[in-house]
Amino acid sequence: MIAERWINWIVLLGFVVLPLWALFADEPFTITLATRAVILALAAVGLNIALGIGGLVSLGHAVFFGLGGYAMGILAHHAQTYAPLELGPLVIEGTKSMPIIWVTALVTSALAALVIGLLSLRTTGVYFIMITLAFGQMFFFFSISWSAYGGEDGLSIYVRNDFPGLNTLQPIQFFGLCLAVLCLALGIHSRLRTSPFGLALNAARQAPERVETVGLNPMRLKLLAFVISGALTGLSGALFADLNRFVSPTMFSWQLSGELIVLIIIGGVGRLMGPVIGAALFVALEHLLGGLTEFWLVWLGVILLLIVLFARGGIIGILTGKAGPNV
Amino acid sequence: MILLKVENLHASYGPVPALFGVNLELAAGEVLALMGRNGMGKTTTVKAICRMIPANGGLSFDGQDLHRMPSHAVARLGLGLVPEGRRCFRDLTVEENLIAAARRGEWTLQRVTALFPPLEARRAQRAASLSGGEQQMLAIGRALMTNPRLLILDEATEGLAPIVRQEIWSAITAIKQETGMAILLIDKSLRELAQVADRAVILGRGKTVWSGAMTYVTADVARDYVGI
Repeated sequence: MIAERWINWIVLLGFVVLPLWALFADEPFTITLATRAVILALAAVGLNIALGIGGLVSLGHAVFFGLGGYAMGILAHHAQTYAPLELGPLVIEGTKSMPIIWVTALVTSALAALVIGLLSLRTTGVYFIMITLAFGQMFFFFSISWSAYGGEDGLSIYVRNDFPGLNTLQPIQFFGLCLAVLCLALGIHSRLRTSPFGLALNAARQAPERVETVGLNPMRLKLLAFVISGALTGLSGALFADLNRFVSPTMFSWQLSGELIVLIIIGGVGRLMGPVIGAALFVALEHLLGGLTEFWLVWLGVILLLIVLFARGGIIGILTGKAGPNV
Repeated sequence: MILLKVENLHASYGPVPALFGVNLELAAGEVLALMGRNGMGKTTTVKAICRMIPANGGLSFDGQDLHRMPSHAVARLGLGLVPEGRRCFRDLTVEENLIAAARRGEWTLQRVTALFPPLEARRAQRAASLSGGEQQMLAIGRALMTNPRLLILDEATEGLAPIVRQEIWSAITAIKQETGMAILLIDKSLRELAQVADRAVILGRGKTVWSGAMTYVTADVARDYVGI
């Protein structure tokens, strides 16, 4: 059995070595694939805070992913059309600056998570899942009918947004930026998990009524976790939109929320690198099997089935021999 | 100074009434034994005090009415509960169990592990893998880490080996002597209660049927009201 920290370092090393190899082998598409894996991993790391530590099975996290994407799409769209965004008396200029777009994505997603969390966290179990799903569908259908930003067809962005000091049009530089953000998110997750807040959240997942008897408000703990989780997933949405230079209602789809959960389960629920391993495997299978058959998701389903039945700790659980937390 | 005041407390589990008029008072620094036969409402009284179940009647802590408060707010006022059946956070380690509940005050990780040396040796061990006695120590330690003004122990020695029971009683005595913390004790061990408690309240059929100094809990009183 391998210690989890070694697995974590090996995975991170893989994410450094593979794109560097691709750079020297002149395989930019591999770098793009790695970038896609990193961004999906970031989204799942966000969800893993709510799901893995807090036990919140959210089937509506695509809301935050989509909001982050549309925050990028709308700001960049107004920048490229030179037409300001008019919200009643408020006039906002478009921008191609990634830091500004990221802050917008973080704030928008966090606010949405606050509102959705306040309503949905009053319920538990299957009702929580259904409410978050309902919010996801609301945003999905709203975006379909939002003709100002492409409606069902989505919105294309013709430029890659800027980051100070970097040429983000270079795949390797954009990849490095995304990897740095992912590492930051992993750092947040790691600190959070062992902080008094993270421990209390973990305790609230196990026994909310017992947490109350030691003076902690489980609703407040879960809400804060949900907001942090939503904000990180929103940030990943902005990066995803930048990678594809395209946003569409599919970013809000419940299938995407489901995919994020699948990534976490495959890698290991509540494990630091679980979402990263899950995302890497997902993108690799999508690329390798997707070229052979359009039914590649069937094979992903088989893997998921085997893991759920025989390895509740996911791939990290298999490698370490330790099951993950019960969610 | 009266810390906890319970007057004519009534409570029910859904349509089933469980308390019909519990009265008790607990002063700061005092140790009160809450006694009674099984099913007489001792644990229900504790749950009502901690606002884990709805109740009617007078219920105040340090002069503050507890009725409008949620359970976590009551705990933050300074009520530390060690619930019946230990109920540690099973997936967390010993240290994590203690840190998760910690609030500033004289009870720190070092002081709790000094009070319960077995916990020091098992700091990195998951709570689920501890023995019953160690889990009980952890449950008391977790409550102490909230730095309460009133510690409520519900059957803290139930089902434990005699040597472990002795360790728990020694710890309770040490808490009383070293900190002067108010303690509400539910237990069936008359001999140990007599050594620690200042006063006793006995419940019968969901209401207070006897109260007085612990020295007056004679064998006759215990036999008549508690059945021991």
